[in-house]
Amino acid sequence: MQYQFLTEDQRGLIEMIRDFGKKEVQPYQSEWDDKGIFPKEAVEHAFELGFHVLDVPEEYGGPGLDYLTTMMCVEEINRSCTAIAPTIIGASIAAKLVELGGTPEQKQYFYDRVLNGAYTGMSITEPGAGSDAASMRTMAVRDGDEYVLNGTKCFASNGGIAEMMVVFAVTDKGKRSHGISAFIVETDRPGYIVGKEENKLGFRCSNTVGITFDDCRIPASNLIGVENEGFRLTMQTLDRGRVKVGASAVGYAQAAIDYATEYAKTREQFGKRICDFEGIQFMLADMEAGTEAARQAVYYAARLIDAGLPSSRAAAIAKLIATDNAMKVTTDAVQIFGGYGLCKDYPVEMLFRDAKVLQIVEGTNQIQRMIIGRDMCR
Amino acid sequence: MDFRLTEDQESIRELAAKFAKEVCAPEVETIEAEHRFPIETFRKFSEVGLYSVNFDEEYGGIGKDALAEVIVVEELTKASLSHAAAFQINRACAGLIDEVGSPEQKAKYLPWMIENGIPGSVCITESGAGSDAASMRTMAVRDGDDWILNGTKCFITGAGVSELYIVCAQTDRELGAKGITLFIVDPSTPGFSIGKIENKMGLVGSQTGEVILQDVRVPGENVLGEVGKGFKYVMANLDGARIGTAAQGLGTAEAALDLAIKYSKERVQFGRPISKFQGIQWYLAEMATKVDSAKWMIYHAAWLKNEGLPFSKEAAMAKLYGTTIGREVVNTALQIHGGYGYMKDYPLERMYRDVRITEIYEGTSEIQKVVIAGQLLR
Repeated sequence: MQYQFLTEDQRGLIEMIRDFGKKEVQPYQSEWDDKGIFPKEAVEHAFELGFHVLDVPEEYGGPGLDYLTTMMCVEEINRSCTAIAPTIIGASIAAKLVELGGTPEQKQYFYDRVLNGAYTGMSITEPGAGSDAASMRTMAVRDGDEYVLNGTKCFASNGGIAEMMVVFAVTDKGKRSHGISAFIVETDRPGYIVGKEENKLGFRCSNTVGITFDDCRIPASNLIGVENEGFRLTMQTLDRGRVKVGASAVGYAQAAIDYATEYAKTREQFGKRICDFEGIQFMLADMEAGTEAARQAVYYAARLIDAGLPSSRAAAIAKLIATDNAMKVTTDAVQIFGGYGLCKDYPVEMLFRDAKVLQIVEGTNQIQRMIIGRDMCR
Repeated sequence: MDFRLTEDQESIRELAAKFAKEVCAPEVETIEAEHRFPIETFRKFSEVGLYSVNFDEEYGGIGKDALAEVIVVEELTKASLSHAAAFQINRACAGLIDEVGSPEQKAKYLPWMIENGIPGSVCITESGAGSDAASMRTMAVRDGDDWILNGTKCFITGAGVSELYIVCAQTDRELGAKGITLFIVDPSTPGFSIGKIENKMGLVGSQTGEVILQDVRVPGENVLGEVGKGFKYVMANLDGARIGTAAQGLGTAEAALDLAIKYSKERVQFGRPISKFQGIQWYLAEMATKVDSAKWMIYHAAWLKNEGLPFSKEAAMAKLYGTTIGREVVNTALQIHGGYGYMKDYPLERMYRDVRITEIYEGTSEIQKVVIAGQLLR
């Protein structure tokens, strides 16, 4: 992170996050990860400090940070508080959708609870609807002043622990993306059934579940925005979500660089520190250069969002570059650690497993390429 | 140039493939859950004759055939890397006895190990001596006809499972690499103990741990080969072993490619199987091209070895490339599976964790480059 352009406030925030991670996450995260423990206490403390509501507007009680500053913080959350980062980011993405599409009452309702520490998450994906999200089958049928939800979602982040979920469902069958709506679903409603908790390669301290909706009734007032406009809404939030995943990836890469550089400076082989070998220096230099480029792509997309300018292509580029870079950098960090890199005593093997999911979530990198390519060829 | 395999090689492939499918594959889940070395299967390698490819007839083999060995490793890896690694454990231990042992040592150990399926380990690495193996500190001091060994070895494959250990120790520290000697050590000898067993990211069916030697008394007859030549022996053995490790990368890549082809034909998104999208087709084409290039590089290195021609450079190149593409192809195959690939319900999650070690053990990729460049600049 280049410090010279940061404001006092930005610096203060980043240092606060860094201190928190050092004290409350880093000493324990290897055990949490190994055993797949959900670190409730650390997450809830991070919520109290407001890590998940950084860009919630001031009028709803949030700090109302601009998106660029939020991304700087997201990077630091992922770098310093790696194991709890996915839960925090998952919650913040749901909040953003309500902010963009919700009525003032919905925002107040949602944020009151979120600012009080409620877990939230978003659920779009279904077993048959991954990259092709518009082919979802979960239905929401209007019945008087209620909607009745039926269907099955999968890979829902925070779905098993959240108090409220933002759920996407079909309201006009056959219209694909023009027939999908978004709803706030309180998870204590009858018919919200938490299914299988996934056992994952990485993100092992976060909650990922299947959800079944079995005649789950919600008040019509829980519809976010206008009926059948859900997909458009998610496309807007996805831009933001993608930049956020990009910022997360920069945080992962930075953490891997930190560990690898420290190790290369202390590990001696052939009578000298391995960082004194040119081959290792070149690897470190590539890691640093790639990460700095990714960071700037993320910041650029965040600035576009802050300026209210079209950001889809820049967001897709930021997500693509930053997550591919994180994959490469965490791979190289393991390599610099050699055999130690694969042992759970060091955090780089966790970073390597975690980084992989970043290439998949919020639109696979293949979908990002599609977005960029189509935008170029319009 | 004749690219055809011999009849013997074809039949050993059939045997290995059948064994991998019928014996290894069904137990992979248990091995993963229990982190256990598959000792029963290991013994069956001998029973069904898979070990025969590494040894001469008088010790229960069919004559050494490096290409046949590659084929066996390739096929076993398709079940799991843990199985392939188990198979190869004796290529180092029994292999070294075969290569440099006295007739008495060969007669005493080889039939016992090969016919009964007794695992043995070679102990080279120390916490401070990884890539720079010659900087090891384990000492052997002469005492009458015996030697007294002291030191700690780490990352020893088979630690705690093996019934025989070959320990690399300094017998003359001033001579550096030329002062290293090999000792055959019976683990029941007083002072021999197993330390920490590593908790690894992948290859969990291969037990990896510390071997601790405290005043371990070894009779003079257990010196393997000549005093002071241990490093040379180990390096020569490693040349051959690298072809096998390359085959691990290849086998993993072949299995991953098969899975990716199958999944892309079944998975429907945007109204058609994803295999109909050119983006996915090109990934598959790139993967297959990598697999084929690696395969012929590896087979060529094995062929050179069989012909008695120099093969160090080719083995290093095959290992560098075969393991690199192993990781790359698994990564792309997981990506093609999207979120499902990240879950433990699909084998790619394990393959992704497993394959990473191939770029590190038996000489890191960086050490392979040192070997290759050394040959180029001679």
